[in-house]
Amino acid sequence: MLNMLLSQVLDLMTPVLLAAMAGALCERAGVFNIALEGKMLVGAFVAVATSVAFGSPVLAVLSAVLCTAVFASPLALGGARLGGDPIVIGIGLNLLAAGLTTYLLGAIFGVTGTLVDPAVTALPKFVIAGLADVPVVGAILGHNALVYLSWLLIFVFNIYLFRTPWGLRLRGIGEVPSAAAAMGANVSRYQTAIVILAGGLCGLAGAQLALGSVALFAENMTAGRGWIAVVAVMLGRAHPLGIALACLGFGLADAVGLRLQGQGLPNQITDIAPYAITLLAMIGLGLRGMKKRSV
Amino acid sequence: MIAAALDTKSRLAAILFSIVAAVLLGGLVVGLTGANPISVYLEIAKGAVLGRGLDETLARSVPLVGMALAAAIALRAGLVNLGGDGQMLIGGLAAALVALYVPVPGVARAVLALAAAICAGGLYAWLAAILQLSLGIPFLIASLLFSYIARGLTSYLVRYPLRDPATGMPETYRVASGARLPAHIFDLPVSMAMIVMAVVAIVIVVNDRSGVNGFEWRMTGLNARFAQYSGVNLSRQTQRVAFLSGALAGLVGALLILGQQYRFTDGALLAPGYTWSGLMAAVLAMASPIATIVASVFFAALQVGGFSMERALGLPAVLTWVLQALIILCLAARPILFRKR
Repeated sequence: MLNMLLSQVLDLMTPVLLAAMAGALCERAGVFNIALEGKMLVGAFVAVATSVAFGSPVLAVLSAVLCTAVFASPLALGGARLGGDPIVIGIGLNLLAAGLTTYLLGAIFGVTGTLVDPAVTALPKFVIAGLADVPVVGAILGHNALVYLSWLLIFVFNIYLFRTPWGLRLRGIGEVPSAAAAMGANVSRYQTAIVILAGGLCGLAGAQLALGSVALFAENMTAGRGWIAVVAVMLGRAHPLGIALACLGFGLADAVGLRLQGQGLPNQITDIAPYAITLLAMIGLGLRGMKKRSV
Repeated sequence: MIAAALDTKSRLAAILFSIVAAVLLGGLVVGLTGANPISVYLEIAKGAVLGRGLDETLARSVPLVGMALAAAIALRAGLVNLGGDGQMLIGGLAAALVALYVPVPGVARAVLALAAAICAGGLYAWLAAILQLSLGIPFLIASLLFSYIARGLTSYLVRYPLRDPATGMPETYRVASGARLPAHIFDLPVSMAMIVMAVVAIVIVVNDRSGVNGFEWRMTGLNARFAQYSGVNLSRQTQRVAFLSGALAGLVGALLILGQQYRFTDGALLAPGYTWSGLMAAVLAMASPIATIVASVFFAALQVGGFSMERALGLPAVLTWVLQALIILCLAARPILFRKR
């Protein structure tokens, strides 16, 4: 029972964690990225569309990463290089993603709402027979490669940001761009590369959303998860470990909500849970910050 | 930021450029999916103005202008209101509740319902502004999270406690005819909702052009620090602007409920996406009120044309949504071409 809950939490938090990592990198580079929601949606769509065409999960994930990185390029070029407003571009990208995926769903597949196809299969999970019932270990095992990749990325980004010269340069660019430029860092090139990389990460998040526990694409299936990722970046103060913690909390809220729904609580109420809890967490953090300031 | 200091001529050039670029890019998308872009655009253009098209465009303009102005007055003062959906829902529900359950006679009940919607929508947005001012939670994020909460809450309320059991739909009872807003005034093709929205639009335009408020808001949007040095109380202004933006969104919800749908049906207020289209219209117009109105009517026509195109050619009408987003993205890329070096 507890194993099942933990396992579900780890599944539910993964897309948000991947998207939040993308958001954190952009935040560190000084680009406010609110297009996570739209990019995730594009990733989910491309993953499922590629699966329908080729039936290969590996190809699906790769093309999701690639296409989402391309989709992020307006933010990379417009926001980082040309001085466009990243908020406007972010809003535009989110709405473009919602419109484009719905349009292509109808124009290519003749479907409205949900696309299911026998060729679309969920990503394979690493199940080790005999260990599934061992407490905690069983919950940690039995996920797909993207889940483990997301955990690996927590540590990779932690080392990259705080233990390497490139990470130091990136943080410098985000905090004092003029000083970083004076030190010889090419600010806009760094930002462009990071935003494109973040696009690829969002592609992974979308692929996990569409091919992780389910194997389908539904209109607007991200349902605000990209925004929760934006909040997770704020809650975790753009620190990989803090973000992982925030995403764990979100996954827990989501999983408990699903459980309560099974107990007969109306799903309209449980749907609110992740948003209400993220809001409460931000309020809590804000209050703590206020207390600190007044001391 | 968004109300960038461009002179009118280069602003107009930038907007025309982005529309043309979006039409070309949208044509590419249509062409890649195997349809003929020219016939698609022809159907959209015909559908927007021919036959019932003009009436439908006008009817759709009312809520769209409202949501676009709600976004624009916030943008003008430097606030990005992403919570229009939630404010519209809370306003619409407040109007429906007053119209259904408050025992005052006919017209007074409609007026009270509108007032309730304005207060409810305004307070809902004000709450998000308070979170920004006191706890530093960005208004953009707080208002959006509140939107998701409002969606779940209203959905629950109309599905369970407030539901009309006689219909198979998750919706409230029907509003009595006395409390509805007339769809025709003196048998003219003008609805009460249109008149209310026209009055609101005029007030906003006049205030923006010659009101002290309007000037102070614009100044804050352009340079908040300068405005503060000049004696603007930023905290009070943020609260006021957020309240007014939310109040307008709430009013739109009420106009839709009392003037068109006559009951609160789960999902019906949000399905057309007025909030987001409105936001895009406001961004396209760079938050100038008059230009925002023009842009909203343009988007309304585009959407009506899209539905007609879907009926004629069977391609998803959501293509017009793609076009709107492309226009905004091309406009945001404007600095490439129009930046003065």
